[in-house]
Amino acid sequence: MDLLNTFLIGITAGTIYALMAISMVLVWRSTRVVNFAQAGMALLSTYFGYEAVTRLESFWIALPVAMIGGALVAALVEMILIRLLVKHSTSGPIAGVAPIIATLGLLGVIRSISAMIWGGQDLRIVGPVSNDGFTINATTLVFSPLKLLILVTVLVLMLILSVIFQKTNIGLALRASAYAPEIARLSGIKVDWVRTLGWALAGATGAVAGMFQTVNGNGTLSPDSIEFSLLLVSGFIAAVIGGLDSLIGAVIGGLVLGLMISFVLMYVSSGLFFIAPFVILLTILFIRPQGVFGAKAARRA
Amino acid sequence: MSLNVSNLTVHHGAICAISQVSIAVPTGTLAAMIGSNGAGKTTLLRTLSGLKTPTNGSIMWKGEKIIGLKPEALVRRGISHVSEGKSVIPELTVRENLELGAIWRRNAKESKESIDQVASIFPRLGERIQQRADTLSGGERQMLAIGRAIMAKPQLLLLDEPSLGLAPLVVEQIFQTIRDLTTSMNLTVLLVEQNAMGALKIADLGIVLNLGKIVAINHAQALIDDPAVRAAYLGY
Repeated sequence: MDLLNTFLIGITAGTIYALMAISMVLVWRSTRVVNFAQAGMALLSTYFGYEAVTRLESFWIALPVAMIGGALVAALVEMILIRLLVKHSTSGPIAGVAPIIATLGLLGVIRSISAMIWGGQDLRIVGPVSNDGFTINATTLVFSPLKLLILVTVLVLMLILSVIFQKTNIGLALRASAYAPEIARLSGIKVDWVRTLGWALAGATGAVAGMFQTVNGNGTLSPDSIEFSLLLVSGFIAAVIGGLDSLIGAVIGGLVLGLMISFVLMYVSSGLFFIAPFVILLTILFIRPQGVFGAKAARRA
Repeated sequence: MSLNVSNLTVHHGAICAISQVSIAVPTGTLAAMIGSNGAGKTTLLRTLSGLKTPTNGSIMWKGEKIIGLKPEALVRRGISHVSEGKSVIPELTVRENLELGAIWRRNAKESKESIDQVASIFPRLGERIQQRADTLSGGERQMLAIGRAIMAKPQLLLLDEPSLGLAPLVVEQIFQTIRDLTTSMNLTVLLVEQNAMGALKIADLGIVLNLGKIVAINHAQALIDDPAVRAAYLGY
């Protein structure tokens, strides 16, 4: 039963990391920027979700509110900050890294602003269903209705995303702009807007990750919440495992990371909570610096 | 005159790539532009399609000044540019590469019709429609690049060295297709080529560019017969 438990916990956490990784990959593919503020933007979106939950008392309304809020914030960040920085930092020693450093600054700004608006204390978001484990043959699992719901919702969202990417013109424009911006422009695609759209999608995806990370954890939200630090680190590691360029890679990276962390905590030591993700990251960078799915073949999705 | 370039000057930083170039290409004309490496041919095409901003001069297309317009706006005015080096996206399938060409029209039905049209021009693409573009041969990729441009229903087609790296037999086939398309679709074509003889043979108008300046502009056949052009560019 321990084995099953560990597996299910790992998979659930993994889907949330995968969402975060997807949002980092979406941003990377749109603008070639590693967005360290992604978790900060997810935090802000989750605060929007919190406002909706407390007013409307429905998690299922709060989730799209958080997603729309996250999409708008991300789109604004891209239009106001990133677009200018990418255009202007073309020479000198910080060319290329300027937008990345800017996202680090943005992370700090978002945290401070959140603390100013919502205060430093823990706010509570109540999940849509119970997080008490299922009971099978008088044994209570850690796996709960909430975790099942998260699992299903994330899988549905991933399915929707993959349909958007593979079957629609918007998806084609997103992929073309990522792979070959010049050919995309010559085909009549307004690449600047497609980039903004990529960020918006990333913001919405990150918002879902933030909401679920909060309710899947202890249900509380604060500007310097450990859950969000973990989300930043894990999303980033999962994206790197996936090669940073591949959506499928991000999903697999998230699941692999979730499972690895879950098994290490269960069978090695629960004291390794904060070190395990980093050890996994370093090991993978040593073995395959391009990421496990960093090969060209994985750039399909 | 359909395409009218006058006194066009383009710089790469401090270097002058094109200087005071004037060209007029009437509707339905296939113009071949030849010249050695670094003559400024690619720069000229990139300026015409809006990828590069000129320093000076004017470009008129169908009576409208088009300098300052972006590529995505120029595609909508009928200008399609097939850039150098088999400009296809290897990660996408043949069908997706083609759909890309018609994406701005936002009309699925027209897009399907155009794919059928391209498949009838290049049957090989029709057979490989579901394959990823990186599984295609060099010649097939060039066909795909031209096919993508055709998908946009262009009136002015800018082709940058379609013969690059292709076997002689395939080059002949591509050139013949370009000639046929020009006539059948009443296109205006500006074909930039290192393969000077092959390009001039199918062209109506010949333009010789050297070090960013026009050194000769005449009927293509007249250029082929011109001893100076023969010695410098045709190699006999």
